[in-house]
Amino acid sequence: MSEDLQFTFALVLNGVSIGLMYSLIALGFVLVYKATDAINFAQGEFVMLSGLIVAVVLTVAGAPLIVAVVVVLAAMIGFSFGLERVVLRPLLGRPVVAVIMATIGLAAILRGLGPVVFGSETRAVSLPIGDEPIVLGPASLPPIQVVGAVAAVLLFIAFHWFFKKSRMGVAMRAVADNQQVAQAMGINVERYFALAWAMAGIVSAMGGIVWGSMLGVDVHLALVGLKVFPVVILGGLDSIGGALVGGLIIGVVESLAAGYLDPYVGGGTKDFAPYVLMILVLMVRPYGIFGKRKIERV
Amino acid sequence: MFHRESGVFKTTYAADMALYPLPIAKWTVAALAVIFVVIVPLTVHEYYLSILNLIFIAIVGALGLNILVGYTGQISLGHGAFMSVGAYTAANLAVKLDLPFWLTLPAGGLMAAAIGVVVGMPSLRIKGLYLAIATLAGQLIIEWTINRVPAISGGAQASIQVDRPSLFGFSFNTQGTLYFFLLFFAVLAIIGTLNLVRSRIGRAFVAVRDQDIAAEIIGIDIYRYKLMAFAISSFYAGVCGVLYTYYFGIANYEQFQLIVSIDYLAMIIIGGLGSVLGSILGAVFVTLLPIVIRILMENVGSLFFTTAEMANVISGLRLGVFGGLIIFFLIVEPEGLNRLWRNIRSYFRVWPFSY
Repeated sequence: MSEDLQFTFALVLNGVSIGLMYSLIALGFVLVYKATDAINFAQGEFVMLSGLIVAVVLTVAGAPLIVAVVVVLAAMIGFSFGLERVVLRPLLGRPVVAVIMATIGLAAILRGLGPVVFGSETRAVSLPIGDEPIVLGPASLPPIQVVGAVAAVLLFIAFHWFFKKSRMGVAMRAVADNQQVAQAMGINVERYFALAWAMAGIVSAMGGIVWGSMLGVDVHLALVGLKVFPVVILGGLDSIGGALVGGLIIGVVESLAAGYLDPYVGGGTKDFAPYVLMILVLMVRPYGIFGKRKIERV
Repeated sequence: MFHRESGVFKTTYAADMALYPLPIAKWTVAALAVIFVVIVPLTVHEYYLSILNLIFIAIVGALGLNILVGYTGQISLGHGAFMSVGAYTAANLAVKLDLPFWLTLPAGGLMAAAIGVVVGMPSLRIKGLYLAIATLAGQLIIEWTINRVPAISGGAQASIQVDRPSLFGFSFNTQGTLYFFLLFFAVLAIIGTLNLVRSRIGRAFVAVRDQDIAAEIIGIDIYRYKLMAFAISSFYAGVCGVLYTYYFGIANYEQFQLIVSIDYLAMIIIGGLGSVLGSILGAVFVTLLPIVIRILMENVGSLFFTTAEMANVISGLRLGVFGGLIIFFLIVEPEGLNRLWRNIRSYFRVWPFSY
């Protein structure tokens, strides 16, 4: 393999693993949007909150990893249930802009009070996986990226099974498809709204562990949430498979852009390229690759 | 504004749209003018004048955002970036070409309006959530561009020093003189918005917000009016950015990050969407809140936090309280402080009878 090709291969491999980690977070957004039509602008802050909880349980309380995982899952599920009940339910039936602003407000609360409650220093989440890079052909990956990618794939398989086979998953798809008909069929729609938020909480908890361990946990962890929008717009807002594919594309695009363009513009293309791609998608195909074409033309 | 009516006796649309609903309202405005032009600058301490100055700047920006979000019903998360466009345009013109403020200020506004129209273009095809994300992308891309292109940002630290504005050899270089400078533009923005929203354009905006399809059927070109709303709104934002630049004497992209867009959204939600008075109340409220929090924390917070933590705690609390207020007002009183004020007034309209 030539030098150039090896470089490209390394970039693509890195992009794929990062992209899968993006899909992991985007999944939380898609689950909520699909089931409840609510837009969660605080997805990144959810991840930050989970990261903070894990880091505090691990470092301050000195508990083993398994305890931290259980605690963060419980905390995030409880948090999401409460959130749905207190904030989102009163806003049902209000204009979509109201929900957007409410979640922006929520993001501000979490970002503001998170460091006040948990302390503002950067904490590490150390997973028992070592630092030795995993070598794949001519490229190598940090182990945390491999763990994150594998976790993402496993979660996607789990959710795929859940929606296709389990009774609850089928009911949830019915709610997503048409709330009134679902209600007429005897499905408790509000309960499934809460469930959707709880699932977003679970996904964010996983995201918090993986991303927190990769970047370190402080308030800046919430910035990964900004990557959610290009991913979900590209894949389609209400498509779980779309989150996976969108994440992969965004991951690869940003990795290639960073590898090839950064030397010319002085860095930062990573945060820029996904949004340019997203604007193009919005112009050409706003419902994304797999999204339903229900977007209203004006 | 502060007069008490005995009832609603309007019989024509013209009367309903008049700037002065009753003759006495002119006296209220005159009294306010005397208070703000004569009494306040003579009696108020310089520190409080500096707070008032910040409020005046915020009023300009909040009015602009309210024209877009409150009146036209389009959302924008990119207003911080529009401000930075105005700020850097004016700063570059002022430093490189040595132009006076009465040229750089409209130039900054027009540049922001042009960029705002480009960022607002997607609103022709998409709305709601998609528009929010598209303007968010606009914010991030503009931020990135300004930060990376030295020709715009002036190289080091991406900031440009600007001299204080001057007119006929008189320099506005103290809080006391800047007060008049900023008061003039805040009043201009208020009068401009009041007249805009009762004109044909303003009513077209409201029609687009309330039901865009119906608006199109009665002959409103919604594409044109949406873009116009983006242009006017970002013009205000650009002017607001220029005012910040002249006020601080420096244009710096850190003053105009995403968080600023959210601050301004908070202003108009807390103040009241689709109302001029609401924008003013929101601007006052949101500007005063961090100051109140800081004073509170300096007195009470030292019991819980060390001095080193204090700065972080204050900025965190400020953000958290903003978020809480946004959610509170959205759920409990979507029309904001303006609605509370109207409730008080309509209570006194028929007082002492309950209805």
